[in-house]
Amino acid sequence: MWEYSEKVLEHYRHPRNVGKIDDADLIGEAGSLACGDSLKLYLKLDGNVIKDAKFQTFGCGSAVASSSILTEMIIGKTLDEAKKITNKDIADELGGLPQEKMHCSVMGQEALEDALKKYYGENTLEEEIGVSHSGDKIVCTCFNVTENQIWEAIKINNLKTVEEVTNYTKAGGACGRCRGLIKDIIDTYYKKENAVQELTPTQKILKISKVIDQQISPQLQKDGGDIELIDVVGNRVQVKLTGVCSGCKNAAMTLKSFVESVLKDKVDANLEVEQV
Amino acid sequence: MIYLDNNATTKVDDRVLEEMLPFLKDEYANPSSMYDFAKKPAAAIKEARAKVRDFLGAANEKEIFFTSCGSESANTAIKGVLNCNKDKRHIITTKVEHPAVLNTYKEFEKNGYEVDYIGVNSQGELDIEEFKSKLRKDTALVSVMYANNETGVIYPVEEIAEYIKSKSPEARFFVDAVQAAGKIPINVKDTKIDLLGISGHKFHAPKGVGVLYAKSDVRFTPLINGGHQERGLRAGTENVPYIVGIGKAAELAQEALKYELSEVKRLRDKLEDGIIKNVFNARLNTGVKNRVPNTTNIGFEYVEGELILLHLSDIGVCASSGSACTSGSLEPSHVLRAMGIPFTALHGSIRLSLSRFTKESEIDYVIEKLPAIMDKLTSISPFQDELEKLRNQR
Repeated sequence: MWEYSEKVLEHYRHPRNVGKIDDADLIGEAGSLACGDSLKLYLKLDGNVIKDAKFQTFGCGSAVASSSILTEMIIGKTLDEAKKITNKDIADELGGLPQEKMHCSVMGQEALEDALKKYYGENTLEEEIGVSHSGDKIVCTCFNVTENQIWEAIKINNLKTVEEVTNYTKAGGACGRCRGLIKDIIDTYYKKENAVQELTPTQKILKISKVIDQQISPQLQKDGGDIELIDVVGNRVQVKLTGVCSGCKNAAMTLKSFVESVLKDKVDANLEVEQV
Repeated sequence: MIYLDNNATTKVDDRVLEEMLPFLKDEYANPSSMYDFAKKPAAAIKEARAKVRDFLGAANEKEIFFTSCGSESANTAIKGVLNCNKDKRHIITTKVEHPAVLNTYKEFEKNGYEVDYIGVNSQGELDIEEFKSKLRKDTALVSVMYANNETGVIYPVEEIAEYIKSKSPEARFFVDAVQAAGKIPINVKDTKIDLLGISGHKFHAPKGVGVLYAKSDVRFTPLINGGHQERGLRAGTENVPYIVGIGKAAELAQEALKYELSEVKRLRDKLEDGIIKNVFNARLNTGVKNRVPNTTNIGFEYVEGELILLHLSDIGVCASSGSACTSGSLEPSHVLRAMGIPFTALHGSIRLSLSRFTKESEIDYVIEKLPAIMDKLTSISPFQDELEKLRNQR
């Protein structure tokens, strides 16, 4: 059971401004039926002021509540004011949303952006909201989430982990194949010190050796095992598990889920660990 | 409150609680102790074991092992059997198993096992021919649920057991019967099923107790090592009150089977027919005859499931959904996806599951209230043209 705020309950029970504006000046869409939620937002303008707004939503309680409150937030605002509204504003206005439901507020923001795009033109808007990342390729094919959408969610909400990005954008929430890509986007955003950098082969081996000695080996020693670095061939890190780890039936798991993930995180995301 | 989520869990029968209470109060002795004070709990466990033996139709009570839940029963069966047969590294299961089973196999797959997942057709019935084509000489374990938790579809586990023993006699066969127990008769003695798991809280015992049946010639290693309890195959001081509870619940469920198969089924059919007839965007996800009598799964097109559940909850009705939004997993039910339920209905699919405590007036209430809820919810949907088409098709 989700812990919804009183305001979310109120808005899914009695959504405001439901429906369609037949002679709408701007229409924005986000999401899709296949992905489990979609939103259509209709705006009626008076000059550059939003005179009326209506919505139609296919989605869960928090999606309906996000859409409903968004219409209340933008009616009476100028377009310049409306375009500053972020998903965080929507969630805050609702008295917060569960982490796993933040993508509902993102859908609201996306529909609004989609509508405003038709007024401002695509490029102007991107400059305004500060999407500085070049290119807009689809990162998550399951939910059709683009690099720009992820970049923007990270920026607005200060997201640090892949899981957070999934909660806010859905990206990586189904098959999970794009999780590595999402991590790269996060790393690039924060220009993380340990992000993929051009290391010379020697620097790379030294760094791998240091991480093994300082971070991996002590962990394995706690369980009575240990690890020995044998060689690094390209991105293939060849190691030998010793002590109780050698011959342990979980050795393959240890290598992949622990050793490899630590090395990927600390040295280079392209590394693969193999036992020799 | 109207409780139509009995596949999630059930109300503890008052008679079960009555039977348990003495063992939560005065009869607290450890059944392994030597003094007279321990005789009653020890005898109570023996009696409960006999009741479960009869409930499952096992040949003798040595084949009955008490566990803490259905997941533990499944994990013990799967890991215990595979541990005893390490040369064979092929497993067959289905795409629609419960996560307790499915995720256990995913773990084995990561560790180098080869796992075949058998699909289902659009009605949720198992592809038996596909299963037969996958069975091999080096298959270590086959695992098929007795009845599906989301659709209620019953799988032909007896026939599958026969086939396994005729083609690959060394392969073991585990049946997750959590959703079958108390709803349809189970009689393992007459089958070639090797292992079978059930969970007490699905048939009016409390949460926290399950059973693993293992045919006497089946070897498995314990999941929990320690003392001699459960013949050394499940250590830990026996949970006497809960074991007594599941014994009593098994006895009562056995008595109530006739009622389940006639009266509960009648109410389920009434609910199902009433909703399909009265709600214009309702679509029965499977209508096969071979279903447990208490379950129906209905898709409401162009409306999202969590929203339906919230509105049902507002009028006091408890149900569940295969929708992604309820679980936080972002992906809708793996069972409905395996059936190829169209996206229009997939996210709005609701499971209603009855019990012997469900009253006819409650069913009538849901049938009466649902059309208005659905009118309200469809009016919010962006797919008005599609909905209009559905309305006109009526």
